[in-house]
Amino acid sequence: MAVATIATPAVLAAPETDVRRRSAGLTQIVLGVVALFAFGLGSRTAHGASTTFGLTLISKQGTKVPDWVFPARPVIVALALVCVLIGAARLAVQLPRGWRLAGTSVVLFCFTFAFMAWSAADPKGGERLIIPSLLNSMVVAAVPLVLGALGGVVGERSGVVNVAIEGQLLFGGFMTALVGSTTHNLFIGVIAGTLAGALMGLLLAVLAIRYLIEQVVLGVVLNLLALGVTGFLYKSLMQTNQSSYNSVSQFDSFRIPGLASIWVVGPVLFDQPLIIYVTVFLVVLVHLGLFRTRWGLRTRAVGEHPAAADTVGVKVLRLRYRNVMLGGAFAGLGGAWLVGNVGNFTEAMTNGKGFIALAAVIFGRWSPFGALAAAGLFGFTAALADQTSSLQLPIPSDLLSTLPYVATLFAVAGLIGRVRAPAADGKPYIKG
Amino acid sequence: MRLELRGITKTFGSVAANSAIDLTVEPGEIHCLLGENGAGKSTLMNILYGLLSPDSGEIVVDGEVREFTSPGDAIRAGIGMVHQHFMLVPVFTVAENLVLGHEESRGGVLGWLDRRKARQDVVEVSARYGLPVDPDALVEDLPVGVQQRVEIIKALMRDAQVLILDEPTAVLTPQETEELFTVMRGLKAAGKSVVFITHKLREVRAVADRITVIRRGKVVGQADPKTGVRELASLMVGRDVRLVVEKEPREPGAVALSVRGLSVRDDRGQLAVDDVSFDLHAGEVLGIAGVQGNGQTELVEAITGLRPAQGSAELSGRQLIGASPRTVLRMGVGHIPEDRQHDGLVPDFSIAENLALDEADRAPFGNMLMLDLDAIAKNGADRLAEFDIRAESAQTPAAALSGGNQQKVVVARALQRDPALLVASQPTRGVDVGAMEFIHKRIIEQRDAGKPVLIVSTELDEITALSDRIAVMYRGKIVDIVPSDTSNEELGLLMAGGGAEDAAADEAAPVSDAVPVSDAVPSAAEPTETAETAEPAAAEPADTVPAPRAAESPVAEAEAEPVRDATPEEAPAEESSETADE
Repeated sequence: MAVATIATPAVLAAPETDVRRRSAGLTQIVLGVVALFAFGLGSRTAHGASTTFGLTLISKQGTKVPDWVFPARPVIVALALVCVLIGAARLAVQLPRGWRLAGTSVVLFCFTFAFMAWSAADPKGGERLIIPSLLNSMVVAAVPLVLGALGGVVGERSGVVNVAIEGQLLFGGFMTALVGSTTHNLFIGVIAGTLAGALMGLLLAVLAIRYLIEQVVLGVVLNLLALGVTGFLYKSLMQTNQSSYNSVSQFDSFRIPGLASIWVVGPVLFDQPLIIYVTVFLVVLVHLGLFRTRWGLRTRAVGEHPAAADTVGVKVLRLRYRNVMLGGAFAGLGGAWLVGNVGNFTEAMTNGKGFIALAAVIFGRWSPFGALAAAGLFGFTAALADQTSSLQLPIPSDLLSTLPYVATLFAVAGLIGRVRAPAADGKPYIKG
Repeated sequence: MRLELRGITKTFGSVAANSAIDLTVEPGEIHCLLGENGAGKSTLMNILYGLLSPDSGEIVVDGEVREFTSPGDAIRAGIGMVHQHFMLVPVFTVAENLVLGHEESRGGVLGWLDRRKARQDVVEVSARYGLPVDPDALVEDLPVGVQQRVEIIKALMRDAQVLILDEPTAVLTPQETEELFTVMRGLKAAGKSVVFITHKLREVRAVADRITVIRRGKVVGQADPKTGVRELASLMVGRDVRLVVEKEPREPGAVALSVRGLSVRDDRGQLAVDDVSFDLHAGEVLGIAGVQGNGQTELVEAITGLRPAQGSAELSGRQLIGASPRTVLRMGVGHIPEDRQHDGLVPDFSIAENLALDEADRAPFGNMLMLDLDAIAKNGADRLAEFDIRAESAQTPAAALSGGNQQKVVVARALQRDPALLVASQPTRGVDVGAMEFIHKRIIEQRDAGKPVLIVSTELDEITALSDRIAVMYRGKIVDIVPSDTSNEELGLLMAGGGAEDAAADEAAPVSDAVPVSDAVPSAAEPTETAETAEPAAAEPADTVPAPRAAESPVAEAEAEPVRDATPEEAPAEESSETADE
């Protein structure tokens, strides 16, 4: 007891400490000031520049919506001032929790919007940021994150840490490409990718549950294994014979009539490949499963207090095996998406998405909808980096592409504070 | 249901935890299993519950030999168990905990939970046995006594005919203990049998129909609840027990430790120690009494530099508050922490290494860069002999020792530095009687050498036996400081907050936040038990506290006898190893 008390600062439970209040307020003011000087008063917005946001998704059918044009400088300056004001209010007064959250959200929104307005500002009106493209790119980027995070949630809720999401995505993607190419059937490829992910999950489960290997280290090793094996096979098999081993058709869009005609967002959300709908469906399904069914109750019990579950006859280890495999299958499906989206596999194509998915698990507090929201946020930053890279910003595009990782870091470290993981997460259960 | 254990034998390595144990539990009786820590009680019950399998022997239920390979088998045979450390998922509601493992579900393969039915079942069973619980409350928010009730309901919902209670009173307040006894009698009246595992003699006499005494893994006798406490004690320990600490009255010297206006917050940011002031003189033992969780832990942590605090605590003019634990050690404070497993020892380190742990960077054990391994080994061997630590050698890992010998290592480390102040928290928790006598003697030697000694214990008998003065803590305040010859009744009243400052303390008490109003424990004034540890001796004043059933309390009769309950709580991990040195 006593040591635990030392590790936990006594101040944590108090309303909000001065230190935290000051740092939060100052951060918000700094964001406002940056927005003001870098975006609002910079050279890009000089000479009466105006911002153009395109509202029509060019690649898809749908009604044409006129561009949204507004004067850049006044809008950005106003947004920046909002940030500063909210930060000052945070510094000055003790705000209730709800207000603090709202304030933080508004500041983040204003700062992001100011950045977008700045990036699309041009005195001649040539630069434009196409909002539906941005959203589309966000959805595309978010899908593997959601599926990977969902895999993490299912495993960790039952007490097995899954750091191997990256490897499961990669292996799933590889098998999708391989099987999909050889059978000339993308659907069979997707099934194969999903199973491959489950297989990786099984490997993780056996080594973690049966052989009690430290789960974080194990996950890292499995990622390296997946990277090595797929890299080798890619070079020796796929690269020499792209057409027969690494060429699948891309996913077809499935247009939902009616909904797809909604202004701006319709084509983005309701004219997409089937997997996207499946992903959302899985989020709902896992949520209901975890909190409304026998499986979920047992899963959570095993993740919190396996001995308690064992003493009432729940088969702890069997449940963990199943959940970790199921989680692997989700991640494998995420890998299949990566391949089916572009039509082929490339070496190390996951590029850290599995780790961002892992962050989404934590940022989303081990809940499916939380993971969805977190993945959406990370997907958005990735999309923002991607879409603004063509706008000739004074920021190097390589630096811009680190945006999702920076956002992940801030999200996990700064915004959420302490979250409570399942109590038995990562702890092997040894009977007796 | 008639339950019989025949010739149960279980050895761990070379240690026989149980050897040829026979035990019969008749239907409708409260059968008490009495024994010291490490006597093998828990091992036996874990065998019965299917958590361990015996090397030989058989379990007979209603004349039929049964084999239990998992708790599931035992549950199906009608055996229920309330573990010492509760088997409840803290973040689940009561109802979720109760249905786990045999959920009613709709929708076939989907396994859709029927939460309404689950709640109904809980309400129904809790009403039938008079065990009120709120099915929607989160278990982690409930007081320990109510959590235990949930465990009992859990067994009853699985149709347990024999209910095993493993050291159930270790975590309870006196009032909760009384409640539990009432529940046990109710179960007996309903035709169920109760196996009550304990080492507390008074409780045995209060509630048992039959007593089986176990010592060193063997049944050493059956006893009647009318047997005298003294007789039971010597049966349990195996020799005549002298449980009075011998100490000469002494004149205390000058003030050595001066605590003024000390306030400390607990992990949740609540005020756990609230503006406490006291003086401790040289050559004096000041005992801090109180029910667990009234700020004693935080007080000690503040004085030893482990927890930030406001106020002042000066040891011979030097400020302890705000100093790092290392500085506090350097000032000559010897600390025996309350939980040796957690704070006192590095289990995988040898005895010698553990003994050198706090001064490894200075002579004679080493310097800033290097350890002097020879000096450490020699010191280990010396202390082994001096403190009668029963181990193969000083190179034996601390984890391999029994609880009593582990505690001797912790005590030896605190005393070998010839401390200017000794702070001892629960110095004899979970140790055998021999080690307890030894540790008490060493503590009194410190006093006689003119050192100030601060003792914190939830065991009232220990406090009264060792202390020159007793400070009673209640909800973070020192209610009163009284001489050591104060009667247990009076102390009990103080421990329940019955001092002059009671009303004021009630107002200010942040500790009480943890007690939900819906809590069905009769005494609403009872502070919450947050730790999983014991406060056994506090059972005595039960009848002086205005609890509804206080009149029934049979514990008072034992008070005249100068016998102390053997030892508080045993850690289950010690169970197997503890027999080694006995």
